[in-house]
Amino acid sequence: MTWVLANFGQIWRLTLDHIALSVPPILLGFLIAVPLGWIAHRYAPFRGAILTLGGLLYTIPGIALFLSLPVILGTRILDPINVVVGMTIYAVALLVRTAADAFDAVSGDVRQSSVAIGYGPVRRFFEVELPLAGPVLLSGLRVVSASTVSLVTIGSLIGVSSLGYFFLNGLNRRFPTEIFTGIVGVIVIAVVFDLLLVLIGRLLLPWAHVARQRERRGRGAAA
Amino acid sequence: MIAFEGVSKRFPDGSLAVDDFTLTIPSRSTTVLVGSSGSGKTTLLRMINRMVDPTGGRITIDGDDVAKLDPVKLRRRIGYVMQNSGLLPHRTVIDNVANVPILDGVKKSEAHAHALELLDTVGLDRSLAKRYPAQLSGGQQQRVGVARGLAVDPNILLMDEPFGAVDPLVRDELQQELLRIQRELSKTIVFVTHDIDEAFLLGDQVVILRTGGIVAQAGTPAEILANPADEFVASFVGAERGRRALHIDAEHGDRVLVDGTGRVAGVLTDGPGGMAGTAAGSAPE
Ligand SMILES: Nc1ncnc2c1ncn2[C@@H]1O[C@H](COP(=O)(O)OP(=O)(O)O)[C@@H](O)[C@H]1O
Ligand SMILES: [Mg+2]
Repeated sequence: MTWVLANFGQIWRLTLDHIALSVPPILLGFLIAVPLGWIAHRYAPFRGAILTLGGLLYTIPGIALFLSLPVILGTRILDPINVVVGMTIYAVALLVRTAADAFDAVSGDVRQSSVAIGYGPVRRFFEVELPLAGPVLLSGLRVVSASTVSLVTIGSLIGVSSLGYFFLNGLNRRFPTEIFTGIVGVIVIAVVFDLLLVLIGRLLLPWAHVARQRERRGRGAAA
Repeated sequence: MIAFEGVSKRFPDGSLAVDDFTLTIPSRSTTVLVGSSGSGKTTLLRMINRMVDPTGGRITIDGDDVAKLDPVKLRRRIGYVMQNSGLLPHRTVIDNVANVPILDGVKKSEAHAHALELLDTVGLDRSLAKRYPAQLSGGQQQRVGVARGLAVDPNILLMDEPFGAVDPLVRDELQQELLRIQRELSKTIVFVTHDIDEAFLLGDQVVILRTGGIVAQAGTPAEILANPADEFVASFVGAERGRRALHIDAEHGDRVLVDGTGRVAGVLTDGPGGMAGTAAGSAPE
């Protein structure tokens, strides 16, 4: 505990670094995976290719990715961009299948009816399909968020600062308190992100909450 | 007036859903297309607002070939009501009803004010305006669907088995409401159903379809009942089995009507109306 108090400044700084590294990949991953998922949903011939590529990308070992990205991108090896790009690739890989499933799950009746009442294709995407895919997209985003916050720690191996530094340093010094601090920090960030996502979901998708409540009530009554 | 002129539809998979269909649908009255499942009713209906494009023939609305009209604009001026209401689950009742006018550029406050009036028209309490569709009963959802169909004050209202999924009491009530609305608004309604009783109740003109959108008979309910064109029609309307031939059966008392199959069909009353409607009027929603 004294170590934590004494090093609070550093813990706080690394926490902020960790957040700064985690947020862009989550957002970028979402922005890239949603259109890809929609294409996979809409155009059957691309579906296999997109989903397979997503699956393959996820199997690239993190450290290999971080070491090869500077070569591919022409960035310096210590550049945090490498971690952001690598994490974004994982985020897309994780989310693209969920995104395709999310669009698949939009009721055909509702889609037909939006065509029938005069939605053109663009507004139909933004005002009908995307919001209705929202609950499934959100569940996927929560997984991506937790995974990104945890994986960002690997960046420490190539010297990009995050709470992962405490794992390495604590291991080298054989000092469990420091490792433990890193772990707790990562968990706290992941939980806060998750709560934020749930809150955003409540604000943007209030109808989904209502529908779930009704379902629960219905099940209760049936029992 | 809507005219089908030798219209056919072959889907890409090769199935011929509609074959050389010709029909004139007069304005300001209700035409009901009735036929069993798969007879091409939905396909016919969707060719009017270009959700489906015919592969042969043409469809005109007041003389204009719909193939030459912009489909999105066309759909916005034609009301469409479908079986499972097709309401947008992420929009409240009021937003659903005001949806098309807002798409069309009407100010939101104006569209909402009009939407509230439409809730009155379809017999829905205004207190439901802020609910989501999932918070309504099936019957209430269908009423919202009808209100949405009426929102741009369309000349044409297309209805695809709109009351097919609600229980019989609520269906009776919704049918009566539609008759009342039609008396007030006189739209050109094209109504699709597989229920011959519903067709006879609602239709000024009833069109009985065979598989492939073939017209077995078209006419007023009275014409069809009095003179079924062939055995298919006779069997479809139930005349064959004597279901439409009622007689007083002494065994049940002198006011009880029995049909040809022996089923008790109703009671002879003194005036028109009589007890009719009271049961439906108190039906729970
Ligand atoms: N999109 C489609 N692709 C291929 N076949 C279709 C499609 N829509 C309808 N059909 C076929 O056309 C026929 C008529 O269908 P439909 O118009 O839906 O009939 P109904 O509404 O009377 O039940 C059916 O055999 C159906 O399988
Ligand atoms: Mg149908």
